[in-house]
Amino acid sequence: MTGRRSEELQIRAEEDVVRVRQATRQWAVDLGFSLIDQTKIVTAASELARNTMLHGGGGSACLEIVENGIRRGLCLTFQDQGPGIADLDLALKDGYTTGGGMGLGLGGSKRLMNEFSISSRPGEGTRVTVVKWK
Amino acid sequence: MSQTGKSRLSDILGRHEREILQDWIRLQLSAGSRRSDIKENELTDQSRDFISAFRRALADGSRNTQGPEWQPVRDLLSELSRSRARQGSSPAETATFVFSLKQPLFERFRQELADDGNALADEIWSTTTLLDDLGLWTTEIYQKGREEVIFRQQQELLELSTPVVRLWHNVLALPLIGTLDSARTQVVMESLLQEIVNAGAAIAIIDITGVPTVDTLVAQHLLKTVAAARLMGADCIISGIRPQIAQTIVHLGVELGDVVTKASLADALALALKRTGYAVTRLQQTRES
Amino acid sequence: MDRIPILKMGPFLLVTIQVDMHDRLVLALQDDLMNQIRAKAASGVLIDISALDVVDSFIGRMLGNIAAMARVLDAETVVTGMRPAVAITLVELGLSLKGVRTALDVERGMELLHTSLKDQESSHDRAEV
Repeated sequence: MTGRRSEELQIRAEEDVVRVRQATRQWAVDLGFSLIDQTKIVTAASELARNTMLHGGGGSACLEIVENGIRRGLCLTFQDQGPGIADLDLALKDGYTTGGGMGLGLGGSKRLMNEFSISSRPGEGTRVTVVKWK
Repeated sequence: MSQTGKSRLSDILGRHEREILQDWIRLQLSAGSRRSDIKENELTDQSRDFISAFRRALADGSRNTQGPEWQPVRDLLSELSRSRARQGSSPAETATFVFSLKQPLFERFRQELADDGNALADEIWSTTTLLDDLGLWTTEIYQKGREEVIFRQQQELLELSTPVVRLWHNVLALPLIGTLDSARTQVVMESLLQEIVNAGAAIAIIDITGVPTVDTLVAQHLLKTVAAARLMGADCIISGIRPQIAQTIVHLGVELGDVVTKASLADALALALKRTGYAVTRLQQTRES
Repeated sequence: MDRIPILKMGPFLLVTIQVDMHDRLVLALQDDLMNQIRAKAASGVLIDISALDVVDSFIGRMLGNIAAMARVLDAETVVTGMRPAVAITLVELGLSLKGVRTALDVERGMELLHTSLKDQESSHDRAEV
């Protein structure tokens, strides 16, 4: 695949969460992920994109191909300029939610992907990066 | 790497790109090692694309072929390596594509740096290591391609060796045999779930009579599969749990929850038949008189 | 905004989700179903998700909500046609969908609802005696 290596999408409204799902699906297909891996990646993207929209007041998603030696993977980065997360450990616990959801977004995305990292400070927004290796 | 060294290769390539390209193509076409399968215009295109990507990467200044500036070159070589492998070229032939660029480059160096022996030696050395790295990259890609083929064939073997059996109307059986490792269990479970859809089976019996040991990871995969099947609308029965495995399961603290288990595949089948509304009756034997 | 159509089939409501829904559409479906259950005095709801290749926690929550709210209105809910990849992902995600009954396809889902209705009616009859 010698085409693009990254794509950035703005997340402001619900339709953008759908667009992120569709774009993520396309990238996962292009990279040759199995159907199950595709589903996991798109589901994680949906959770994180929604978080960005709901709790971050909007932001962006960046999809890009990453390499580790000869291994290739898909990296998704979600960035918002929202209020930030005060207690990261608490936020990562299943069932914890401030938005009336099921509280599975962050912890769930972590389980669905190979790598997960989050940095957030109150007042500085949140950045979540996940990677799935082929 | 000296500052002037970097700019020399870049500079020479910048000024003489077209001639170097022509020399290189001529060299490749006349070399005996080239496979006749590769058409001349394909070779010309590949060579032109490579030199231009090579020049651009050099212009960025970095000599680290694993770095981001060299990504387009790596991508190009990956594509080339894969396509040549498909056409039947050996990895050596593909690597030679890159190595053969040395000769026309060194010719130019000799012309331009005739009075500076040190600079000439430096330049030849640094260019050699650069092209060696890239040539080796093509062999790594080839290797990875072969590994992917082997992996795919292993998957196919796995699927063939653990068939899902349609035991009765709407009842599937998956007799597992041998030691289960995490990867194999995952593949097998995925094909079970797919077969549930294909066969429209509401009950799946997973028989582990032939499995000597089970570890936590495998037990978890089994439980996840049962949970997934339930979400799809099918129920699973696990049968053939030997005493040692029962011990291991309790020992590991694995929670079976409400997963139905049966000692034997026969018992599981009896339950499945009952659940799907079938009864088995014995026919009266009539004697011939 | 386009809404997901809800069909009436005898005493039951049938919904087939065939689009990648944005959140507002999901909430609208939830509202519409609740209204229709009451309006049509439905005894059951069948939601077919065989066309969905992704079910995230938002949709999962909708399904769980519908089942819970429908039960309050004395209606049973069955979700049918979940794809293997979706099921595996939901298990990994940790979504249990408790209280939601499932079936392989619409036909079986309907059978389930009919059986459930019959059981209910017979237990009501017994209670009255």
